[in-house]
Amino acid sequence: MKVIEKFFKKYEHLFLEGGKLEKYHPAYQAMYTFMFTPDETTQRGAHIRDAVDLKRVMFTVVLALIPATLFGMWNVGYQYFNQAGVDFTNWEAFVYGFWKVLPLIIVSYVVGLGIEFYFAILRGHEVNEGYLVTGLLIPLIMPVTIPLWILAISVAFAVVIGKEVFGGTGMNIVNPALTARAFAFFAYPTFMSGNEVWIPKPENADAYSGETILGALNQGKELAYTWWDMFVGTIPGSIGETSVIMILIGAVLLLYTRVASWRIMLSGVLGAALMALLFNMWGANELMRFPWWQHLLVGGLAFGIVFMATDPVTAAQTRVGKWIYGFMIGVFAILIRVFNPAYPEGVMLAILLMNVVAPTIDFYVVQSNIKRRMKRFNKQTA
Amino acid sequence: MHKKVKVSKGLDIKLKGKPAEQLGQAPRSKMYAVRPVEFYGINPRLMVKPGDHVDVGDPIFYHKYNDRIKFTSPVSGTIEDIVRGERRKILKILIKPDTEDQYKKFEVKDPKKASREEILDVLLESGLFPVIKQRPYDVIAKPEDEPKAIFISAYDSAPLGVNYDFILSDKLKDFQTGIEALKKLTSGKIYLIVDNNSASKLENTEGVEVIKAEGPHPAGNPSIHIEKFEPIAKGDRIWVVNPVHVAQIGNLFNTGTYNPQKIIALAGSMVKTPQYFLITPGADLSDFLKEYLKEGEARIISGNVLTGANITDDPYLNFYDNEVTAIPLGKKSRFLGWMPFLAENRKSFYRFNILPINKELDLDANLYGEERAFVMTDEFDSVMPMDIYPVHLLKAALLGDVEKMEALGILEVAPEDFALVDYISSSKLDAQYIIRKGLDIMQVEMES
Repeated sequence: MKVIEKFFKKYEHLFLEGGKLEKYHPAYQAMYTFMFTPDETTQRGAHIRDAVDLKRVMFTVVLALIPATLFGMWNVGYQYFNQAGVDFTNWEAFVYGFWKVLPLIIVSYVVGLGIEFYFAILRGHEVNEGYLVTGLLIPLIMPVTIPLWILAISVAFAVVIGKEVFGGTGMNIVNPALTARAFAFFAYPTFMSGNEVWIPKPENADAYSGETILGALNQGKELAYTWWDMFVGTIPGSIGETSVIMILIGAVLLLYTRVASWRIMLSGVLGAALMALLFNMWGANELMRFPWWQHLLVGGLAFGIVFMATDPVTAAQTRVGKWIYGFMIGVFAILIRVFNPAYPEGVMLAILLMNVVAPTIDFYVVQSNIKRRMKRFNKQTA
Repeated sequence: MHKKVKVSKGLDIKLKGKPAEQLGQAPRSKMYAVRPVEFYGINPRLMVKPGDHVDVGDPIFYHKYNDRIKFTSPVSGTIEDIVRGERRKILKILIKPDTEDQYKKFEVKDPKKASREEILDVLLESGLFPVIKQRPYDVIAKPEDEPKAIFISAYDSAPLGVNYDFILSDKLKDFQTGIEALKKLTSGKIYLIVDNNSASKLENTEGVEVIKAEGPHPAGNPSIHIEKFEPIAKGDRIWVVNPVHVAQIGNLFNTGTYNPQKIIALAGSMVKTPQYFLITPGADLSDFLKEYLKEGEARIISGNVLTGANITDDPYLNFYDNEVTAIPLGKKSRFLGWMPFLAENRKSFYRFNILPINKELDLDANLYGEERAFVMTDEFDSVMPMDIYPVHLLKAALLGDVEKMEALGILEVAPEDFALVDYISSSKLDAQYIIRKGLDIMQVEMES
């Protein structure tokens, strides 16, 4: 460790003011502070500080994503070999999926972090840690067959238009990972939907059926999967979204550490359950009749509520606001699922919509605080 | 009858180095300093020059914009030097002490019989008036104002907070007289905040409304209780006085002299034997600290670890403070310091500990990260017991948006109410500093 730190310190002068590589100081700083939390002491304000920083917060979210990521890799292989109709071991399935998913993760991080570093150098400010999470989220919400170039363009779009134009992490309005997903979805629909994108197509497969549960329901077909499959995650879908168990492990970590808001998660589930229950009572088509609790298990709902809706920057920032925000995400996710035949999965749009609405919710919550204060003032003077 | 206030949001950070309730005698310092910067918002006009002799209570300087507000010498001695900084700003007035203090005599009346003006005059002359802080803005009060109420917090809920019962144990009579003097300054009530969990002798003071506060820090901060019992409307003034100063005011009216000596706590994990000392504000602490501090680099703070001033390089006891805290400086980098769940022993909004947190923590002055934009929004709410949206208020203050700051309640808070936000912020925000700047903008905007 001493050796690494010496190495950094040896070249630090190049990046300091007046050094040859002065411009690139943010890049140096990002590398150095990744290896070492600096020796900086408090200069004003409280003399003692909590040991938490954004790196730690973001890394915790990455940790929470790892179960879903590993399972997603295995599931890619599992689905593929099943379709191919060959015998395979779990290890073979994982290795197959690993080599399919790894390039997506690498492309996402290389392109995304590259742009982040570029903007940091351009603006002369530090590289923010937000992309550590976004970089892993993006591949996890894509179909595994997405061409790398589409992924790269989507990432670039998300980071530049979704985040940097607003001023970087902390200033963005909509979730950057979902921006990438939405961009890919609308710009390249043929690669993003349909029955054949969720599982790599085996050559000479006879009866290939890789459609998602929601896709099948949308067309009024019989389901080939049980609720247990949905819960465990052995179903086709975006890489990270299928296994509710793995997502729940992540959720437990996020809630235990308090990195994510339990208010958003709980109200999101409540909203979705309530809406699905209402549709169950109506029951006009397959999607409406789909049991309400299974609605919570399929598609990207669990993943979206646990990892996307709880993004603190794009969510509502007041506690009351968080309840409303989460609840409405649940409601809209199911609503879009059931009513919009073009997008059988509604979570993405629901969260993006609520991201945009969140500041308005906060506005009214804060406004009521202001009104309360004014009322108190007036009462006194009267 | 007393009122009870239960505070639910907040954070108690229990630190190593709690002072034992023992009184030591600090040696008489070789030098004393009066530092205008300690009096926030004051523009000093000097009344002495090097070589002049002063007694305790003799004026040193007055406030340029209100010449009735005088600041007096805490010690008798000779003006040694006037240290100036950039643009001839007065940094400190050094006083070389005589071997024994001579006290200036003030003409005093029994406060029960004195008029408001008579009481104010003595306070202003003796240099005790600046102990009165006003809300809004958290600055020294104006003698022309009449406050709606006066708040005295005898509950120091901050980490390593002092025990006012111990500090004031033999000053109860002075404290009572002080209350009587303050009573003449307001037509409203005087509130005394005490810790609900320990029986305080101060509770028996006559002429005060006792508030028994319970809960984690900042339960003892006056702002919380002001919001509850005397919320500040436009144009209102609330005065806040520290109980130690109340006793000094009482002492002034009982004896006719200004005696700034007080019992302070020397606390923190860098102190060999944390305990209380009798000392005079303005005293040069360097010799004293050499004797009582452990080996190693320390951050020396006048005040507590959350709101105090860094006096490591210039160790004089500040006028307002009742404690000196010394903690390890912690100027070292940590390999992969952001890893969660490593042996981290620290109270937090977040739970990155697997093992239970030790009862008493040994925290240093490391920043533990770098400054970033606001990201985590829930952490601030967890330590803000007032009906205030901290994220929104801080954003308004950063933008200097006067109307918004007012609407969001900046007039009800003091920087100290955001000390825990400083501590807890994962973006390493200097919330107290932002609120201080916001209050300054408000004051300029509203008062001119």
